[in-house]
Amino acid sequence: MSAASPATGQSGTTFLLTLIVRRLASGLLTLFLVALVVFIVSGLLPGDAAQEMLGQSATPEAVAALRQQMGLDQPASIRFVRWLAGLLGGDPGFSMVANMPVADIIASRLPNSLILAGLSTLVAVPMALTIGIASALRQGGRLDRALNTATLSMVAVPEFLIATIAVLIFAVELRWLPSIALVPASGTFLDLLRALAMPVLSLSVIVVAQMARMTRAAIIAQLGLPYVEMARLKGVAPARLVLVHVLPNAIAPIVNAMALSLSYLLGGAVIVETIFNYPGLASLMVNAVTSRDMPLLQACAMIFCGAYLLLVLVADIVAILANPRLRNR
Amino acid sequence: MEPHVEVKGLRVTAGGKDDSAITIVEGVDFTIPRGGVLALIGESGSGKTTIALTLMGYARSGCRIAGGSIRLGDTDIRALDEEGLAALRGDRVAYIAQSAAASFNPSKRIMDQVVEPALIHGRMDRKSAEAKAISLFRALALPQPDSIGSRYPHQLSGGQLQRLMAAMALITGPELVILDEPTTALDVTTQIEVLRAFKHAVASQGATAIYVSHDLAVVAQMADQILVLNKGRIREAGAATQILQSPADDYTRTLMAAARPAPKPAPVAAPTKAPLLEIKGLFAGYGKVDSGGRPEIPVLRDISLSIAKGATLGVIGESGSGKSTLARVVAGLIRPASGSVNFAGARLPGGLEQRSRDQFRRIQLVFQNADTALNPAHSVADILGRPLRFYHGLKGAAQQKRVAELLDLIRLPANLADRACSGLSGGQKQRINLARALAAKPDLILCDEVTSALDTVVGAAILDLLADLRRELGLAYMFISHDIGTVRAICDDIMVLYGGMAVEMGPRSAYQAPPFHPYTDLLVGSVPELRAGWLEEQATRPPPPAIGPALEGADLCRFLPRCSARIDGLCTHFTPPRRHLPGGSDILCHHPEVVN
Repeated sequence: MSAASPATGQSGTTFLLTLIVRRLASGLLTLFLVALVVFIVSGLLPGDAAQEMLGQSATPEAVAALRQQMGLDQPASIRFVRWLAGLLGGDPGFSMVANMPVADIIASRLPNSLILAGLSTLVAVPMALTIGIASALRQGGRLDRALNTATLSMVAVPEFLIATIAVLIFAVELRWLPSIALVPASGTFLDLLRALAMPVLSLSVIVVAQMARMTRAAIIAQLGLPYVEMARLKGVAPARLVLVHVLPNAIAPIVNAMALSLSYLLGGAVIVETIFNYPGLASLMVNAVTSRDMPLLQACAMIFCGAYLLLVLVADIVAILANPRLRNR
Repeated sequence: MEPHVEVKGLRVTAGGKDDSAITIVEGVDFTIPRGGVLALIGESGSGKTTIALTLMGYARSGCRIAGGSIRLGDTDIRALDEEGLAALRGDRVAYIAQSAAASFNPSKRIMDQVVEPALIHGRMDRKSAEAKAISLFRALALPQPDSIGSRYPHQLSGGQLQRLMAAMALITGPELVILDEPTTALDVTTQIEVLRAFKHAVASQGATAIYVSHDLAVVAQMADQILVLNKGRIREAGAATQILQSPADDYTRTLMAAARPAPKPAPVAAPTKAPLLEIKGLFAGYGKVDSGGRPEIPVLRDISLSIAKGATLGVIGESGSGKSTLARVVAGLIRPASGSVNFAGARLPGGLEQRSRDQFRRIQLVFQNADTALNPAHSVADILGRPLRFYHGLKGAAQQKRVAELLDLIRLPANLADRACSGLSGGQKQRINLARALAAKPDLILCDEVTSALDTVVGAAILDLLADLRRELGLAYMFISHDIGTVRAICDDIMVLYGGMAVEMGPRSAYQAPPFHPYTDLLVGSVPELRAGWLEEQATRPPPPAIGPALEGADLCRFLPRCSARIDGLCTHFTPPRRHLPGGSDILCHHPEVVN
């Protein structure tokens, strides 16, 4: 089979590039607006870092002096511009609370979060696809109903309950896994897997359910179409039918559902991080709120927003690549 | 000789396996000799597709082959398990579906789909399968046979896809081919080419074929044997010539009568000459309109027409000719780019916002598909009550009384008023659709393909109803259709649209015999006649005469690329003049001696 003629291939690539550039531009605009909102909202929080550091009994003079030292007495607009300029230059500011650059704090936490999210994705995506496809093929059958009940109860049970029960079973009763997900610096890869097994399990349970249900719906929507009947009447076997014929047409809604679910793995992991005492980004952000560490809070918010936009962009590109109508314009 | 296909006592049920199951096909027996073509004909719900699919051991979701025997050669199809059936399908028995556009996988290249049956059944390797596919493309008269396989379905036309689907079916050299209404979705000028290609391809392979159709005239061209079905039972079976010439069953005779509707006489009182609707120099389309009044993507070009009070204008053309756009412009759904639309002596504003409620009331649009045009959650009384309240302020008992009158007008019982329209038959729904337009007491009804989605018998009854209503209420119609038989039956005047231009316009008597505009000629000549052998008599049209390059920027005849009467140097350089024919119609053509 020859590829599409050069002309259509060329225009397809150009179209894709234009789309990516356009989406990146609108993504940057979104990030700017988010930055503005985060800045305004964090300014609305009662108290500030100076007050928080000195405590309730501090004299107003002392608080004012510290504010001046921290630059908090400047007008909001100037602080915003200064912060934004720093952000663009790769410096998200200095955390007065921790007395170290925000970049350093994040650098110590971000890899942890990425490892946790990455492992959870590796577990959750194949599982969700398998469950979704299996239940779509047996629509209305016993397997479908069983999987439906299972995924629904997974969505319904709060993650802290799942995490706590997992700790009770695997750490307290069976003593197979550590209850705290702390990886020693000298630990092997196996240690890492052991330490992260339960956090990954708890996170996966949440996202698998959503993704599997969307996969099932997307595939069922395709199964009723005439081209599927045609493929059956050509003698195509069920496995080939789903993988070769149906999946490419169902991929767009599936990857979009996945992008939404996976974005949760970074920012939504706060409960799991807290229960397993895992040093990730989400718990860092919650700490930043309680200690009024605005530069850190803002940096975390920007990371989560950026990751979300990136995931949605990837989902759109995958959807376009899967659809010859869009690909070969 | 041993029959190739033998079906005995076939029974198909829908619903559960117990007594609650509904029998949808019962007691069907037939045999086909090797290489024979059997046609299954009947209306929707007659079970014709269901019966054809049982030869692949396939029943649609919710249905089940409950009894009888199905033999193909030495194979007992009912004895095969799923694996055995998968091995049979696409290899020994192949299927050509009604809508090729929907039956090709939109995200895979044509070639991958065409060679798939040969590959999964292990008939040949990829290279020889592709070579065979290309030779089939050539045999089916597809353009660019060497490269068409690398396209995607959305890049091809309906007629091309239908032929590509035939190539997909024939690639394994099946012994039985099932053709399920393969030309129903095509324009009539395309249908004739596709039929010819199918007939040749199936015959040259020596395959046995089952041809499923509701169209007797098409079946007459294709089949040796005919099985007439109604409600899952055989009404009549026999040789094609016998059934077409001397049908024994009443139902067969009804089908034949409906296939070619007789002309409806015009009302006794001649319509008054004052035009109700008058369109002059209309251009319409999509995109920005330039200073000359031409839209960026023109759909209608320089259309002029007039419909007198109580008269009927037929608008005919193939898909994409702009006929629905014309109705939408008159209804106010699309603004004209330039030209004038006058209604009852006053200029009709282009957009909906500037029209008065009375103008809305007097022009009503009836859509093709009543299934989607009627809200399935509403009862018949709700649907008819709304225009009564909106236009006439009728409420309560007065409204109920008027609903009953309307139902009587469309020959439906008054007790239907409380039924949800989702429970009605296709014909009943189309009547309700029509009654909703009548509720406004309009002067002009725009009928957009109102019989196209209906079975022939039901469609013929709707045509009768339209003719009666016109006589009783003095209505004027703009009747849009792709079927010249339907248009000739009901319309006083007929306009032929091609590429957004009115290539011919005249009284219906002018369409009985040539001379015609070359496109009208093609259109009339493509309608199959109700007798065997017609297709063979239609010699393949010679390719259009060679012409030089067309003059850039000239406003040329839209039919030029397909016209068999085109003249180099004249048609390629000058805008065609409007000329009057002795038959009474005006055509847009250069040709001095119009063909035929």
